Amino acid sequence: MKLKKSFGFIVMAVAMLGLSSTLSSVSHAETKVGFVYVGPIGDHGWTYQHDRARLAVEKALGNKVKTTFVESVKEGPDSERVIRQLASSGHELIFTTSFGFMNPTLKAAKKFGNVKFEHATGYKQAKNVGTYSARFYEGRYIAGVIAGKVSKTNKIGYVASFPIPEVVRGINAFMLGARSVNPKMSISVVWVNSWYDPGKEGDAAKALIDQGADIITQHTDSPAPLQVAENRGVKGFGQASDMIKFAPKAQLSAIVNNWGAYYVERTKAMMNGSWKSQDVWYGLKEGMVEMAPYTNMPSNAAALAKKTEEAIRSGDLHPFTGPIKDQSGKLVVEAGKIADAGMLLGMNFYVEGVQGSLPK
Amino acid sequence: MDLVAIVLTIITASTPLLLAATGELITEKSGVLNLGVEGMMLIGAITAFATTTITNSAVLGVLAGAAAGTSMACVFGILVLIFLANQVATGLALTIFGIGLSALVGTGFVGIALEPLPKLDLGPISAVPVIGQILLGQDFLVYLSFFMVVLVAYFLSKTRLGLILRAVGESHDSAHALGYPVLLVRFLAILFGGFMCGLAGSYLSLAYTPLWAENMTAGRGWIAVALVVFGTWRAGRVALGAYLFGAITILQLHVQGWGLEIASQFMSMLPYLATIVVLVIISRDGAKIRLNAPQSIGKAFTPSR
Repeated sequence: MKLKKSFGFIVMAVAMLGLSSTLSSVSHAETKVGFVYVGPIGDHGWTYQHDRARLAVEKALGNKVKTTFVESVKEGPDSERVIRQLASSGHELIFTTSFGFMNPTLKAAKKFGNVKFEHATGYKQAKNVGTYSARFYEGRYIAGVIAGKVSKTNKIGYVASFPIPEVVRGINAFMLGARSVNPKMSISVVWVNSWYDPGKEGDAAKALIDQGADIITQHTDSPAPLQVAENRGVKGFGQASDMIKFAPKAQLSAIVNNWGAYYVERTKAMMNGSWKSQDVWYGLKEGMVEMAPYTNMPSNAAALAKKTEEAIRSGDLHPFTGPIKDQSGKLVVEAGKIADAGMLLGMNFYVEGVQGSLPK
Repeated sequence: MDLVAIVLTIITASTPLLLAATGELITEKSGVLNLGVEGMMLIGAITAFATTTITNSAVLGVLAGAAAGTSMACVFGILVLIFLANQVATGLALTIFGIGLSALVGTGFVGIALEPLPKLDLGPISAVPVIGQILLGQDFLVYLSFFMVVLVAYFLSKTRLGLILRAVGESHDSAHALGYPVLLVRFLAILFGGFMCGLAGSYLSLAYTPLWAENMTAGRGWIAVALVVFGTWRAGRVALGAYLFGAITILQLHVQGWGLEIASQFMSMLPYLATIVVLVIISRDGAKIRLNAPQSIGKAFTPSR
């Protein structure tokens, strides 16, 4: 039947759609540095910030480097081909900037022993694969503190992507921050099972506001939830990048990812031969996490936010300091103790105050 | 718990699907399968957004978006009708082209926010609880989507032109033998499909999420194509499917917010599953499907033969 044949064709072509990413190169020079992005550079969120960091590398090192990026690369096996293509075309340092590129990066690294790789947010290293991530939860704790001060309904709406430890850690940090100023605060979470779908993210925000949330925060990549907050007259936080343009009246602050300094440092290290595989987890102190200006809130809330930010930066305050109870009320971190790295990295439970159960 | 608010959200989520699917329905009824819906929607979205940003007029924006969708469809029409290119391949190429071109044009418009499309405001009448709020407080594209479904249903079943369109879609050779201009009918049907996809894209970037973001359709074009097939090429069922899909998409978000213990991955899958199941059940009569399905769909027509 003709139609059947056509459908096979559709499936094939749709699969090819995933590969329709663009190769782009800029300027001429000696050292070639490659970047693999999971989203479009125009997402105004996660990938946008990585690309700003790439531009920072170009700016800092001028014509000594040539950077190449490939955007909208699907996580999984497809990405390995993109990484290998960059490696085989003379790129000496390759940044793979999404969690799902972890195993493909390691596989490609095995084949190309002379090429150095930097993988964002992963946990597996190799001799030529270093990993780096940012302590976004520090920013989320501050956002939680602000929410606790500003909210009138005591209800936070959280638009979340996928139930992985990184996201769960963010939800918990936000909850701990909010409860540190107002023990009545609660969080409702809606999982949209996507990093990037402006329509669905916005719908999730609408649903949460309709259920009484007056603070919207998100762990997805588009500005849509914040924009919904603006239109509905509630408050919210920007994600990954300062989104004040989308919500001049609603954005309280934004957790800004600043990869620039790290990318410049690692590119320089690779050029002078001092590059070694490492695993870094930088936060406010190192400048990898920054807070956008504290806006649209009373001055005492802004002052408390600044104070909290300083305390985290100086090391006086760790967001995951006990006593921390999980949803069932069981004490998981004792008073005065700090959650260990294992618990932070593999976080798979909600703290007290988060509604609903964590998808397994 | 505000039911009205939920219904309003469902309407906004369903409207882009409804607009695009209505257009695709006409295209397919004429015997042409255009898989470029996603691409035409994206081009419509960026054109509408860019025009509105520059001219500050949402009406001009919507017109430009619809015109852009139509011109994409025009390219498709020339390729498949005159150069007899394979419809499936050409449609897919149109989608890929639309994704790339919209991203290229859109680079200058990332990070700009617009006011959402103005909503109808009849003062106290629009504020009447439930009925007034739901029926009299929408933006004009929503009303247009209602109107278009009714118009298309009427056109297909009650008018002579609709009959000709269906005849062309059933058997282009017979229609040709009867003296109907097969290629012209198909070309116009393709243009109408593009026009509606342009409107759907405009709705996305001007009303649904008033911003431009690359690939912001996120697969809605493909859902529209699927709705036409599962709605067995009948306007009413296609509209039902679009609303069902929108409703379950929104309700599953609410269910999560209430904290019910259902896997969110399952909930994300539910709109697709439920829409397909419901549409398959109401149209399970195989003979009727064959009656509604345009028999020449996807086949090229050469008048000389």
